[in-house]
Amino acid sequence: MTSAAALSQTATAGGYLLVLSIALPALGILLALALGGRHVERVAGVFLPAGLAIAAAIVAETWRGGTPLFYAVGGWMPPLGIALRADGLSVVMMTISALVICAVGVFARADFFTPSRSVEARAPFVFWILLLAIYGALNIVFVAGDLFTLYVALELVSFAAVPLVCLDGRPETLQAALRYLLFALVGSVLYLVGAVLLYGAYGTLDLVLLSQQVHAERVTFVAAALMTVGLLAKTALFPLHLWLPPAHAGAPAAGSAVLSALVVKASFFIIVRLWFGVMPGIPGFAAAQLLAALGAGAIVFGSILALRQERLKLLIAYSTLAQIGYLFLMFALAFNAGTARLDSGGALTGGMLQAMSHATAKAAMFMSAGLIYAALGHDRVTGLAGIGRALPLTIVAFALSGVALMGVPPSGAYLAKELLLQAAAGTGQWWWGVVIQMGGVLTSSYVLLVLCHALMSPDAPVTLHARVPRIQEAAALALAVCSLLLALFPWERYLPVPRGTPPTPFDLDALLKTIWPILAGGVLAILMGRWGDRPATMSFGSAVAAVIAPARCAALAFGGLIERLDGVLRQWTAAGLSLLALVVIFAAAMLAGR
Amino acid sequence: MTGAILFAIAIAALLLAVAVWVVVARTAFTATVGFIVYGLLLALVWVALSAVDVALTEAAIGSGVTGMLLLGAAAQLRATEANVESTSLPLKLSAGILCVLVSGGLAAVMLDPPAVAPTLAPEATAKLSATGLGNPVAGVLFAYRALDTLLEKVVVVLALIGVWSLTPDRAWGGVPGLRLYARPSGTLTLLAQVLPPVGIMLGIYMFWTGADNPGGAFQGGALLAAMWLLVMVARLQPVPPTSLGRLRLLVTIGPFIFLTIGFAGFALAGSFLAYPIDYAKPLIVVAETGLTLSIGVTLALLVAGPAERSA
Amino acid sequence: MDVATIFGLCGSALVGLGLYGLITNPQPLRKILSFNLLGGGVFMLFGVVARRGAAAGLGGDPVPQALVITGIVVAFSATAIAVALLLRLYKETGNISLSPNDPEKADTHQGKP
Repeated sequence: MTSAAALSQTATAGGYLLVLSIALPALGILLALALGGRHVERVAGVFLPAGLAIAAAIVAETWRGGTPLFYAVGGWMPPLGIALRADGLSVVMMTISALVICAVGVFARADFFTPSRSVEARAPFVFWILLLAIYGALNIVFVAGDLFTLYVALELVSFAAVPLVCLDGRPETLQAALRYLLFALVGSVLYLVGAVLLYGAYGTLDLVLLSQQVHAERVTFVAAALMTVGLLAKTALFPLHLWLPPAHAGAPAAGSAVLSALVVKASFFIIVRLWFGVMPGIPGFAAAQLLAALGAGAIVFGSILALRQERLKLLIAYSTLAQIGYLFLMFALAFNAGTARLDSGGALTGGMLQAMSHATAKAAMFMSAGLIYAALGHDRVTGLAGIGRALPLTIVAFALSGVALMGVPPSGAYLAKELLLQAAAGTGQWWWGVVIQMGGVLTSSYVLLVLCHALMSPDAPVTLHARVPRIQEAAALALAVCSLLLALFPWERYLPVPRGTPPTPFDLDALLKTIWPILAGGVLAILMGRWGDRPATMSFGSAVAAVIAPARCAALAFGGLIERLDGVLRQWTAAGLSLLALVVIFAAAMLAGR
Repeated sequence: MTGAILFAIAIAALLLAVAVWVVVARTAFTATVGFIVYGLLLALVWVALSAVDVALTEAAIGSGVTGMLLLGAAAQLRATEANVESTSLPLKLSAGILCVLVSGGLAAVMLDPPAVAPTLAPEATAKLSATGLGNPVAGVLFAYRALDTLLEKVVVVLALIGVWSLTPDRAWGGVPGLRLYARPSGTLTLLAQVLPPVGIMLGIYMFWTGADNPGGAFQGGALLAAMWLLVMVARLQPVPPTSLGRLRLLVTIGPFIFLTIGFAGFALAGSFLAYPIDYAKPLIVVAETGLTLSIGVTLALLVAGPAERSA
Repeated sequence: MDVATIFGLCGSALVGLGLYGLITNPQPLRKILSFNLLGGGVFMLFGVVARRGAAAGLGGDPVPQALVITGIVVAFSATAIAVALLLRLYKETGNISLSPNDPEKADTHQGKP
């Protein structure tokens, strides 16, 4: 064993917090299982806030220092041992996940509790343990510095997420869960093959050591392609999105919130680590453009499909698809043509801010959708009239999170959009700038569609099936406000500051820039959204309808085409073929970049 | 061509043939039997690759327990064999081409290893004396990369929760639906009476000797799980309800002990999951004891499945 | 051509076979079997890497060997969850197809959203 003096270099001050962030949720799971019954909720009630406290301590520890936290587990240094590292990216993701999980925990207390007359009930027992597991697994993903530990963490995330999908036991959710599990397993196995190849070539699985030793040779390209595509399958990037809509829409509201907000970000985070940290010089121009092209496809596909959905939860699930696409634009925008490497600069910050704001906003949206369903007994988009008056707080939460996603200052999405546009202009890749603006229009369209339906006055007075607990509305509202104000958080301490002046969120120019996408989105919603038979009963509705009928026909035809294409792509065989094809294409793109 | 290379080619060819059989076999039952053969051949491959610990694990868990799980599933799903929508030929062709490309890429990488193979073997053996162990694989599992082993234990426990979550609400906490088979005078009953004492002793020996020779907690635990399953399937012992407190305690005791030792490392040796110099081996053996017990119980429960009737 | 390379080629072929079975075979149980084939192939590649790293008097690099042991246990856990899901789906619907016939569009929900 190492002496005390040598041990001091195996960990920085405060590094033990990284261990606690992993070990405490694990302890929570074991305690909950061992104690069982009613104690499960109490254990969760202790360990989730404890996790939040640890995240806060990590923020405090890194606030002044700026040096990343480091901890070699057991005192064994890499490459033999496993290192835990927390840099700025890790800290922001850990903070956001702690906030979202605690808010989801508060929200779920009303839905998942052991009834007074039974000793133990299945749903609460399973839910709280799975929530703790997801939390612990996410922390491992954010701080582990070893490829194989990341693999175990990915499996942990999947095994915790899949039972959440089918928690209610309905056949559709069971089927959705099975597809999710099988596709996620293929993804992790592909990732593992890549890790094996890297160990075979360089003799280490440590992220930092690999980054120092990796160079451009065939084995690295094959490994990078396999790992990237495997992780894309777990992140459900277009065209590998077959499992996401039914899984996220079928889970209970608290489950959907965690799944959409955080679980898909885990594999995304590892791609970021690989492309920006381990092998920034490997992918090359073509592969980065390909990744961003898939992202653009996701934005267009997901948004149009979201507009065409009948059910609110499916609309939000498809919206997740589109927002995931946004996250992948940054890979192309961070590419520095001069050095043929990915720069950790403004584009990376933009992408991470987008991930953070999506996490908070999407969780709030799913929570609101859950409350609407509980109150109305259904979640048909066309049947939401009057809910604005009946559940004002819920609709405000939905509106705020939707507005945050649309990119209204000072939301995180606004800042992310500005940073990405800056990067696009800076690197001369104007086509991604067009895609970003289009994405803003598309996001506005489906948010406005839902809000219009919700604020319309109903034919008959709305009868609520159930009372909605105030605490649940408060949790959703808190997350929505958080996503709306995200740009005001001191992100400069943790995320790379872009060259040039960072955009300020509070001037007239910014406000004007955000108005026109919203208006355009409204037009799109009118053309392509589902309106039911509402317009006919509105005073000016029939006149407007007659005028825009041909445009709406064309738009609906296009939407139908996209829906049919989506139906084809979401067949298992088609998705599997896309998976393999992407591996081959990525490998070829990286090889060609030499 | 030396004997070793001929042997390797023969095993590899046989393995590929069995794997092709598993993919194209008509019924799921045949494919599963093929899979068990595949697992056993794979164990031979591991011996040929000088990885005896892995061979034991593959035979016990990869082929043995997984095979039992899949056989049971194939038997229950026999009725669905009839209604099968098979994939069209052009899709199969495209899939075949793409798979050949992926395999080809991997083969190209495998045929072109670095001139000096990077390895951690020297470092692993050099530091092994500090752990008091004689088996370097055990050193990696319980000392150098102990975090991975701890997380893996959590994964297994979580998988159990996931399997239990599939219980219908009315049967929650009840008895798992493990298919029981024995007739009182049948062969299975005889085997279930004769094998377990031997198996349990072998399992304990395998875990105990794993500190210095090939073996370890996972292999020993899998053997214990197999013996318990044998005894339950032959109706010599009742299948316990999932709400039984003692059962849940057994599942969690192993990771609990490991986690406690890990936390103790903060105080005793300055780092999480670190061991004080003279006490490393005893602590590791204590951790392994708990883990063997937990793994045995958890693996058997994973095969037994979710509860189906209330206790 | 040595023993390790032979098994390296074998492992690559197994990965391809497993992927093929996973994509083309419509029955979920066969997909799970193919996933295990795929896993076996990946672990074999790891074993080849370990064998090539033989040094310091050992027959192989112990780190990959330990990782394979961990991987085998994780793969078994995955199989267990998948099989349990599959059997439950079968008991609920009597049919184990993975292709959606768009039940999500139907508004036949009871219970929590």
